[in-house]
Amino acid sequence: MLVDGIHDLGGMQGLGAVDHSPAEPVFRHRWEAVARALLLVVADAAGASGGEFRHAIERMEPGHYLTSGYYEHWLTAAATLAVEHGLVTVSELEARAGGRFPLSGPVLAPPVADAGPDAGTPRFGVGDRVRVREWHPPGHTRCPGYVRGKAGTVVRVDGIYSVPDIEAHGTARRHEPTYSVQFDAAELWGDGQRGVRVHVDLWDSYLEPS
Amino acid sequence: MSDSTHRPAPVSPVEQRVAALEALLTERGLVPEGFIEQVTRRYESETGPMNGAKVVARAWLDPQYKQRLLADGTAAIAELGFGGPEGDHMVVVENTAATHNVIVCTLCSCYPWPVLGLPPAWYKDPPYRARMVREPRALLAEMGCPLPEEVEIRVWDSSAEVRYLVLPQRPPATEGKTEAELAALVTRDLMIGVARL
Repeated sequence: MLVDGIHDLGGMQGLGAVDHSPAEPVFRHRWEAVARALLLVVADAAGASGGEFRHAIERMEPGHYLTSGYYEHWLTAAATLAVEHGLVTVSELEARAGGRFPLSGPVLAPPVADAGPDAGTPRFGVGDRVRVREWHPPGHTRCPGYVRGKAGTVVRVDGIYSVPDIEAHGTARRHEPTYSVQFDAAELWGDGQRGVRVHVDLWDSYLEPS
Repeated sequence: MSDSTHRPAPVSPVEQRVAALEALLTERGLVPEGFIEQVTRRYESETGPMNGAKVVARAWLDPQYKQRLLADGTAAIAELGFGGPEGDHMVVVENTAATHNVIVCTLCSCYPWPVLGLPPAWYKDPPYRARMVREPRALLAEMGCPLPEEVEIRVWDSSAEVRYLVLPQRPPATEGKTEAELAALVTRDLMIGVARL
């Protein structure tokens, strides 16, 4: 399976058991709550969109991503956006922290200058067969790798929303309908499992007729 | 041969990195007074699975409410006073004798904050995100929720703007219970779909 970013985890093998607990504190340490709040502060001060904010986490070095917890991801994204938007410098951060302060890697996709026209009318309706485009964008996307190239059925037509692939890379915006698309798990994974349907919510331009 | 002058400096402990960023942003006047405490309190005490439990209990008791909840989750949940970020586009999926629903976010951590609060660590960690879309029957069994082969599993990957809530089946022998008594039976795991009554 082709995966473009370490965050795109659907189907990845070898990660082991889920460390499940039926109840746990919302924040296990105070720094987790602070890191969470600081990302909100930075996103606000930098005018960062939801797409840019997610992409800042997704650009983390893969080893760092997999070996650090969720709120360290938020901290790393907050610090990365703060540096990229000129709110602080890396040397200030490292001087204050008293050691190395790992940040996310650079944005690889070019800024989006022309977002193209909004798509107001859904191309697909409930029951339509669709196929997910097989492509590997260098920037942010909300199309999980495990459904690319796969065929499914539209089970719900949702609202019209800003395309994350566009909004993560500049101030341009394009709005498109979104759909919930149902896939048969046996078809996704080719393993003959029965009675499992996986639903993925996808923007219009991720899909083509099947 | 290692040469200490070429060795990268050690990574600062995460608490110190958080404190460094907090101090720099505060000095620049970017952190409003009391902001950190305010957002922390909101998610520690003002929202959480107790909200979703009220929604489920109401749906168990009131068939018309349940109908509205399944038709337009956002509006029906707002009737009980819950809404806001990560709850603006709610879809409620109903468990039946023949179907079981479970929610996941393979790309990050999407979760219905107004009704469930912030997600637990395991929901955001790689194993759950990787495995729930690939081998949900095996993973559910491993997590203490074995399902008979004939029960269809519907996995919902929250990859766009919709956030999901599972409506569990009402347990048998609960006739006559009040809404509050029913709500007390509804756990976070039932509403994620990693448990079943």
